[in-house]
Amino acid sequence: MSQFAINVLFVGASFLLYIGIAIWAKAGSTKDFYVAGSGIHPITNGVAIGADWMSAASFISMAGLIAAGGYSNSTFLMGWTGGYVLLAMLLAPYLRKFGKFTVPEFIGDRYYSDNARLVAVICLIVASVTYVIGQMAGAGVAFSRFLEVDNTTGLIIAAIVIFFYSVLGGMKGITYTQVAQYCVLIVAYTIPAVFISLQLTGNPIPWFGFLSEHTQSGVPVLTKLNQVLTDLGFNEYTADVDNKLNMVLFTASLMFGTAGLPHVIIRFFTVRKVTDARWSGGWALVFIALLYLTAPAVGSMARLNIVDTIYPDGTDAAPIQYEDRPNWIKEWEVTGLIQFEDKNNDGRIQYYNDSESYADEAESRGWEGNEFSYNNDILVLANPEIANLPGWVVGLIAAGGLAAALSTAAGLLLAISSAISHDLIKGRFNPNISDKGELLAARISMAVAIVVATYLGANPPGFAAQVVALAFGIAAASLFPALMMGIFSKRVNNVGAMAGMLSGLALTLVYIFVYKGWFFIPGTANLPDTAEHWVMGISPLSIGAIGAVVNFAVAFAASRATAEPPQEIQELVESVRYPRGAGAAQDH
Amino acid sequence: MSGHSYDAENYWKANLRLIFGSLVIWFLVSYGAAMLFRPMLAGIEVGGTDLGFWFAQQGSILTFIVLIFFYAWRMNKIDEQFGVSEE
Repeated sequence: MSQFAINVLFVGASFLLYIGIAIWAKAGSTKDFYVAGSGIHPITNGVAIGADWMSAASFISMAGLIAAGGYSNSTFLMGWTGGYVLLAMLLAPYLRKFGKFTVPEFIGDRYYSDNARLVAVICLIVASVTYVIGQMAGAGVAFSRFLEVDNTTGLIIAAIVIFFYSVLGGMKGITYTQVAQYCVLIVAYTIPAVFISLQLTGNPIPWFGFLSEHTQSGVPVLTKLNQVLTDLGFNEYTADVDNKLNMVLFTASLMFGTAGLPHVIIRFFTVRKVTDARWSGGWALVFIALLYLTAPAVGSMARLNIVDTIYPDGTDAAPIQYEDRPNWIKEWEVTGLIQFEDKNNDGRIQYYNDSESYADEAESRGWEGNEFSYNNDILVLANPEIANLPGWVVGLIAAGGLAAALSTAAGLLLAISSAISHDLIKGRFNPNISDKGELLAARISMAVAIVVATYLGANPPGFAAQVVALAFGIAAASLFPALMMGIFSKRVNNVGAMAGMLSGLALTLVYIFVYKGWFFIPGTANLPDTAEHWVMGISPLSIGAIGAVVNFAVAFAASRATAEPPQEIQELVESVRYPRGAGAAQDH
Repeated sequence: MSGHSYDAENYWKANLRLIFGSLVIWFLVSYGAAMLFRPMLAGIEVGGTDLGFWFAQQGSILTFIVLIFFYAWRMNKIDEQFGVSEE
């Protein structure tokens, strides 16, 4: 069977499974549609959160980032998991107790302000739409590489599948498909890692393999990797970072952002009770960790494999002849994601860091510049080919990458459509709409959101690459503090919440736009986006944490200066704090 | 104030204490061991690298999992103790 046929088989089978689930789990009411009837088991919910959370970025890009940055990119590992500690202790149980359908609904009720709810809706939509574009674009890339269809055709196929299970089944359909998608993606991620770990270290568990001895050289994998990288003029893989302030702030932004992203929070509304919300936070992190603990192994081993491929006789010997390059390099060259240019015309691939400190060494070896470059995103996708694994593993990776992109896209689309149908249509324009009418409105908004996301995925605006900064910055600086203060402070009032959200948001957006261009329009940046121009060395990616601090400070100050919230709001805060709601309710 | 409300206050304080303790550990493993204190831990070797690197790439994630389960377990106990659990 050809590789193409194998890929079609794996992807096709997984899609049929998702559609089958959709038909089985049809939503009958708005409660089914928005929160799956609030009857999901905490472990099932943990699995679904895992798939919801792990996007194309986690599956495809993260290991590549770690391979390229080594220690410095550990921020993604800690940031995207540490946020769950905040979610499970500071937000999820209380929001579940509140017992409504959407995140803006809590903000609107708690701050007794339709305007606060509207600000939350806008934040939610901007964060989720930018995020969903990345997923659709990722699905398009996976389609075009593995199924040999063009990007747009691939996207339309993906959109039809998502349409099927999310419009029919709502949160109920999405939950059970996400469980299936999690299984596909985790198997797809783990199998190549196990094989590669066995090849390099003899240890079948990649988590331990990356800390064990490299069989060929007899030194630990990370020591070996540090050696070959410094031989070629690169930084040591485990080298420390000078700018710790920025590293701390970037990690904090990712953590606050993770806790404040609405598509993850609403997954906690699907469980039956408050204790289940606490447990599902733990289970979610277990299922996420199965991938996140493997990612550092995938990153380090792939980096070592790439160097070994190019320098088969060691970094002191001559690199490989271009004519003898392995098949995976040829295939990825076609996509333009691997590039080679024979600068010194010796027919060999020189791969090294052509920095000043390495200039003498390069000259003595007759090298005239680095000739080989690859896009970090290909690392996970090409991994099975780099390690010479059989064709079915490649098919599995294709299905896994698509599962990661589709499951996250569906979760985001549900958050968007429920904000539109529940917070805007029912909450603002037509409060008397019937349950049936609202369910129809929810389905229509979902369909429209899919069409818009597909269009934007096929024609990604210039800012698509900046998604991380924008989505996490908005969630960290506006939603996370507003939600947390709504639970932990009775004193923060409507004025404080609005002032806090808007100032946190303004600071974050302005700082990002100054370096990345206003509304990401090319050429409109005021300052170059490089470390020496950042205020106190703080990158625009790290500003969300400062935005959150500003939000907290402004909200407290403005609340102090104005009247305290009415009695019934203070009672609402009391009631979300107690699982049974005994406290305040029985006092009166 | 009735006795019940006093209890409710103590329940909330117990929750806050537990959260605070958990977040101290959350901070110490990620921002502490993995970043700020990494140079101080450089002498401790783990599988070809140093302890701080291991905390940055694996140790902190494992600690986070333990923290959430510990919190859920402790909170359920506290719920029962104060008679505010759901069933």
